[in-house]
Amino acid sequence: MALLEASDLSKSFGGILALAEVTLRVESAEAVGLVGPNGAGKTTLFDCIAGWTRADTGRIVFDGRAIDRLAPYRRSRLGIGRTFQRLELFTGMTPLEHLLVAERVRAGTGRLWKDLLGLGRPTAAERDLAAETLALVGLEDVADAPVSTLSLGRARLVELARALVGSPMLLMLDEPSSGLDDQERRALVATMRRVRAERGTAVLLVEHDLDLVSAVVDRLVVLETGRVIADGGVAGVLAAAGVRRAYLGPAR
Amino acid sequence: MSQFVSFVLPGIPYGCAYALMAAGLVLTYQASGVFNLAFGAQAFVSAVLFTIAVRAGWPGWIAFLVSVVLAAPLIGVLLEQVLFRFTRTAPPLVKLVPALGLLIAIPSLVQLVIGTSARVPSSLLLSPSEVYFHLAGSPVSGEELSTTVVAVVVIILLALLLQSSGLGLRMRAVVESPRMAELAGIRSERVSAFAWGISSLFAGLAGVLLAPIYPQVNAANFTALLVAAVAAAAIGGFASMPLTLLGGVVLGIVQEVIAGYLPSGSVLSSGLRPAFPFVVLAMVLVSRRSLRGAQPSLGDPLAGCDPPPPSLRPPARMAEVAIGSRVFAGVLAALLLVTAAVLVPGNWEFTLTQGLVLSVIFLSITVLTGLGGQISLCQATFAGAGAFAVGQLAAHFGTPVLLGLLVGGGLAAGIGALVALPTLRLGGLSVGLLTLSFALVADNVLFLYSWSGGGGSGLSVPRPTVAGISFASSSAFFWLVVVLLALVSLAVRLLGAGTTGQELAAIRGSEIGAASIGVNVNRLRVVAFTLSAAVAGVGGGLYASLQQSVSPTDFNYQFSLVYVVVVASIGIYTVAGAIEAGLAYTVLLQLIGNLPSRYSSLLGLVFGLVALSYVRHPEGVVEYARIWALDRAEQLARLLKRHEQAAGS
Repeated sequence: MALLEASDLSKSFGGILALAEVTLRVESAEAVGLVGPNGAGKTTLFDCIAGWTRADTGRIVFDGRAIDRLAPYRRSRLGIGRTFQRLELFTGMTPLEHLLVAERVRAGTGRLWKDLLGLGRPTAAERDLAAETLALVGLEDVADAPVSTLSLGRARLVELARALVGSPMLLMLDEPSSGLDDQERRALVATMRRVRAERGTAVLLVEHDLDLVSAVVDRLVVLETGRVIADGGVAGVLAAAGVRRAYLGPAR
Repeated sequence: MSQFVSFVLPGIPYGCAYALMAAGLVLTYQASGVFNLAFGAQAFVSAVLFTIAVRAGWPGWIAFLVSVVLAAPLIGVLLEQVLFRFTRTAPPLVKLVPALGLLIAIPSLVQLVIGTSARVPSSLLLSPSEVYFHLAGSPVSGEELSTTVVAVVVIILLALLLQSSGLGLRMRAVVESPRMAELAGIRSERVSAFAWGISSLFAGLAGVLLAPIYPQVNAANFTALLVAAVAAAAIGGFASMPLTLLGGVVLGIVQEVIAGYLPSGSVLSSGLRPAFPFVVLAMVLVSRRSLRGAQPSLGDPLAGCDPPPPSLRPPARMAEVAIGSRVFAGVLAALLLVTAAVLVPGNWEFTLTQGLVLSVIFLSITVLTGLGGQISLCQATFAGAGAFAVGQLAAHFGTPVLLGLLVGGGLAAGIGALVALPTLRLGGLSVGLLTLSFALVADNVLFLYSWSGGGGSGLSVPRPTVAGISFASSSAFFWLVVVLLALVSLAVRLLGAGTTGQELAAIRGSEIGAASIGVNVNRLRVVAFTLSAAVAGVGGGLYASLQQSVSPTDFNYQFSLVYVVVVASIGIYTVAGAIEAGLAYTVLLQLIGNLPSRYSSLLGLVFGLVALSYVRHPEGVVEYARIWALDRAEQLARLLKRHEQAAGS
């Protein structure tokens, strides 16, 4: 059975149909690219899966469990990690603190009475784990710098690291490479490959940089005006005539 | 029918004034993103100027020109130019605190310069007390008639202006993004200043229209006018001008009709009339969809080009400086305590104790706003709940005060949780307004019963006795307060450093991001409110025990506003800030108490003005000074180190 099965999702905002009976399956440890022109419904689909938007019709099953009615934080605890197109970092905190609080929430060991007895501070084990995750995305050198001082590219990597805490089963990345320079892009590709290989994390990737997508994913799903117009292996999908017309343009 | 009409008619002038001020609120909110609570104070200023001018024998229309057409817009444009144009893209708290500061500082200034003034029967157009005609048997006086006519004419003029000149559209563009609007050729500064001038004129007009109707021209009446106008603006969703105007008029009328039909003499009849607008405000805030579920506004689309806002966390220090500053603070605190115990005369000992008790209440603001990032304008109400619980338990069951404090804290916590529930889906401004309306309902209804606030005479509260040791003497009570304050301070610090504090910090940074890592944002918002209310309840109970008596007026909504302004201006993010704020407040209060009584409003003026610095220094003035001093100390330490190294080599 697939890790994520979203079937027949429809969503309209006012008169605009953002999703029209979209079906999307992601197997465990599979990497799927979600591409399409701006306004195709990619982010709406993301929000439906992560819980920020409720689809008008359709069903979402994650790891054998219907999650349609769960709040975003519940879905996160079930193992869906995500990053955002618009940064949603904890301004005023350092990358290390981002990871420490994420670890504590994932472990679910924080209690009010522990805080009041002075037992709430991060443990050495938690710090080690956070340092490890920072090293994975290449942020060790800025562990203690406030995130507001980081470049956009590195800030995106902080979001990625935060989403990786607690080894989610599904990692959803919304345009992770925008604002990254070449070196950071390579680090991003390496990180995505590594978490797949080492942790068996499935990846759902929205991205406009097709070279980057091709380097990471096994399967490509193309959306246009809320409909899936192609779904299959990367090379095959990119060659399909409909996709070329809708998204790539004739020059490609 | 004729009875109904006789209730409706006196409501119309109120309704017109509410509608005018509400229109001003919506206009500034739309044009500059600031919800200017200071309009209450601005209305008061115009009313006072008008009253003085009329009493000096000036003709009514000249008094009107000076107080409304000249003075009111001038004040508005001045405030916009020196203060509010810097807060356009700021978070809700940064917009709210200076407006609250002005709401407190302006009437204080007026009282300092002019003193209190009695009402003068007067009206703008017609002779005030003459009855012009009867409507269904009820007399219509010149006062009511002129108020209504003036309000209607002014509102029609505004509608024409907004419709014909395209100004409304330009204003919307300016709110969306002043810089984008400028790129499209709109002079956003001018549009914003114009909106402030017009809406201040409306506020001043509302004040002058109501000045003859209120029994006395005092600031509290105009704050009530303000809150009614806020309710009207909420009915219009802070956006729709026609709905806002209609809401204001209907509110004024319904308020009078309800007061007319309720049996006189009960708490409900005397309390519900003033509380009615707040009940409406609460209901509208909770039920109106456009105000719910709104994420904090996205801000300026061009904000990406700006440097990020300065971080509020204190920068990391060199080890020497960090240790040095701790030792310094410790020695200073110890010195202060020893001085307080040995040297200080009796009345100052009371003042210091009061300051430390107030610090406990102020720590509740540190928890809710500093850690939790939420705004509450009903902290004094939570404190009152704790105080009344201690008093009632002691009076009826002889419960020891310390046990009473626990129960009072628990009761306040429960109320805090209940207040938090409807705020869950609201943005910062709406949460502030909802808590304010709760505070006003408590003041006007809940706290007036003999089973809650003790009725008119209040409650007497004993000093605590623990295990046979009495803390009745003022010095014993002082040390008890020191110990309790230390405990609460420690708890707040641990809370901030622990899981809860870190999760709250994450929510402060980004609610969406926090939920994406599995933080239950709603639960934590309730937790923050609950803990904060508990701290406030304990502080309130201590306050009652210190005063040895407590009455409903000890915790009215004005204290909530003052508390927020004082703590925010001194330092809202640290435990030390709360304690400094408590001490500064009471010491200043005592010093001013030694001056002639006409200076009694200096306190409000000082803190109101200090709160204006919040726009530039949201960390608080004392915290800012501390960071500055530590920066210098660090420079010095570096210099010394370099010298040592040079000498060594």
